[in-house]
Amino acid sequence: MLNFFKDLVMHLLKGNKAYYVWVLFLLGLIFMGVESYIKQATDGLIVTNMSDQVSWGFYISNFTFMVGVAAASVMLVIPSYLYNFKPIKEIVLFAEMLAISAVVMCLLLVVADMGKPLAGWHLLVKPNFPSSLLVWDVIVLNGYLILNVLAVTYVLYRAASGKAYKMSVMWPIVLISIPWAFSIHTVTAFLYNGLSSRPFWNASIVAPRFIASALCSGPALMLIIFQIARKLSEIEVSDEALSKIAEFIAYAMGLNLYLYAAELFKEFYSNSMHVAPMEYLFFGLKGHNVLVPFTWTAMVCNLTAFTLFIIPKTRKNFLTMNFACLLIFVGVYIDKGMGLIIPGFVPDTLGEIYDYLPSAIELKVTAGIWAVGALLYTFMVKTAIPIYKGELSLLPKGSRPDIRSLHH
Amino acid sequence: MDRRDFLKGAAIGMAAIAIPPVNASASYLETFFQKYYREMTPEDKKKVVERLEKEYREKYHKDIRVKTTEAIPGVLYGYGLDLSRCIGCRRCVYACVTENNLSRSNPQIQYITVLQFKNGEKWVTDLEESEKYYNPETVPAPDHFYMPVQCQQCEDPPCVRVCPTQATYKAEDGIVVVDYNWCIGCRYCMAACPYGARKFNWGEWNVPTDQINTNTHYLGNRPKIKGSVEKCTFCIQRVREVPGRYTACVEICPVGARKFGNLLDPASEIRLLIETKRVFRLKEELNTNPKFYYFFSL
Repeated sequence: MLNFFKDLVMHLLKGNKAYYVWVLFLLGLIFMGVESYIKQATDGLIVTNMSDQVSWGFYISNFTFMVGVAAASVMLVIPSYLYNFKPIKEIVLFAEMLAISAVVMCLLLVVADMGKPLAGWHLLVKPNFPSSLLVWDVIVLNGYLILNVLAVTYVLYRAASGKAYKMSVMWPIVLISIPWAFSIHTVTAFLYNGLSSRPFWNASIVAPRFIASALCSGPALMLIIFQIARKLSEIEVSDEALSKIAEFIAYAMGLNLYLYAAELFKEFYSNSMHVAPMEYLFFGLKGHNVLVPFTWTAMVCNLTAFTLFIIPKTRKNFLTMNFACLLIFVGVYIDKGMGLIIPGFVPDTLGEIYDYLPSAIELKVTAGIWAVGALLYTFMVKTAIPIYKGELSLLPKGSRPDIRSLHH
Repeated sequence: MDRRDFLKGAAIGMAAIAIPPVNASASYLETFFQKYYREMTPEDKKKVVERLEKEYREKYHKDIRVKTTEAIPGVLYGYGLDLSRCIGCRRCVYACVTENNLSRSNPQIQYITVLQFKNGEKWVTDLEESEKYYNPETVPAPDHFYMPVQCQQCEDPPCVRVCPTQATYKAEDGIVVVDYNWCIGCRYCMAACPYGARKFNWGEWNVPTDQINTNTHYLGNRPKIKGSVEKCTFCIQRVREVPGRYTACVEICPVGARKFGNLLDPASEIRLLIETKRVFRLKEELNTNPKFYYFFSL
């Protein structure tokens, strides 16, 4: 065991030039984020651009988006375990690792947003359960993290021992993790959805749209990561798996756009006072229009990506597919981040319009948290690949595991 | 910033987060592990109050009294605001700031927001045409009218429903209070409140020492904590006294537009106005059931 960890550290320290540049880049971002967070912790959240009017901002926007990315795993878990779709089964582990990184980022983002993070333990002592959706969210997010850590650790442990994992162990984890993945989106959506004070969120379509958009952004990121991974290492990812994922994304994006259209129709056609946040997003309100360019960018990104994914020819062409993945990532990031959170507060409950854009400190702290996620993911991949190649093993030195037996 | 400065800054910052100032470490730990207010025994409360008063003395060189006066049995506070009379002078806003020791700057915290409406414009349910930053030479401005908004002390408060730690709750006398020490600063209550009544301490609490009101309540106007939420408490430090005092806003109002009393007392002024005037409550459609009644005397 000790040898294994020694080897693991060696593997993590070893890499080509690109690897060192990448890791140093991430460490630099983390350093910057920590520096900014220290300033925030010392001076208070006054260093952000949030206010009593727009009381949640960039941190919670990124949190919401990352909850969506965590769905990447379920999108791959279902075809691989439930339908035993071989090409995806080979790579499902990488999706589960992405879920781990995403949830860790979610938790960090929430902590960054708290006024008194050191008082966080109060939540464990006097949780307002079942009344507060925030308590529910803490439970489901941590539960999801544990499930994915369990799955990844078990599979890697078996592989390092030179054995394939047992489905008798995986089934319970898989069967719980599928509904659980939906629960993290539903609960996070309900967190906003349940507030009658905020008409923009208080619409029943919020939760379904949460899931639909989550099933786009996570897998889109996976597609890009898989291609990088197979370029940089010998990990096998078949074109068949990639195009199947792209097909799923097309359906999810179609559903997402349909639900969005339903919402837009309702708001603009009925034209009640509750249309104000939508107007703020798309056209600006009383000359306040900081979000307008973002909203239209997201709209164009999502529609273009949907078109590229739904046409088999552009879906199977790697150039257009990757472009579409990028568009989806940007589109959903805006749409489900700032585009969802900020209009909840604009106009505020007393009709005031406060234009919010994040401060430099908010940007740096968030970038640091993204870097933590990326570094965590890099290290996990860097652990998994040598295990599958038999270079990193729990077996006695000298004995090589039968690599072929690890493939499912 | 060079590396040395950064490291120094980082060290100080880390210390600020994690390590208490050396001479106050016992007090720091006591603050950190302080219990939830509603679960404190009278002895616990006494100890906490002593610690707070000592801290305040060291920090502000002033004797600030922190009371823990309980709710008076048989009392449910209600508030009336006469829109026929309000002239939009904002004296209530500043009387409240002074009485409740609200941070004066960066940003100044105000519990009361007075909205100005133009005659004939929409109001009541759609507040988007309101002007919060009006500033005429004299009030009332011609062709305008005013509606002050503050915590409506809901009987079914959305803020209490969403608070993850039960730090905010409705006391026996109907006042929605915050245990500032127990609040984790997640601001979910601010998102949930339909009346913009909850305010966050974005920066360090700041009130010039000579302006600190030394008559304070644990759940009310004591010095606030950076990173926690606060709100109107119907001047809990005044109204729970026997004999009780009016809230600062009721006391200051030059036109007598503000009424306050016990909803359970059939002979109270607040009951009289509810029973004899045309009253309405803000955002009735949300079923928050406020104990804050707007009415018209004319």
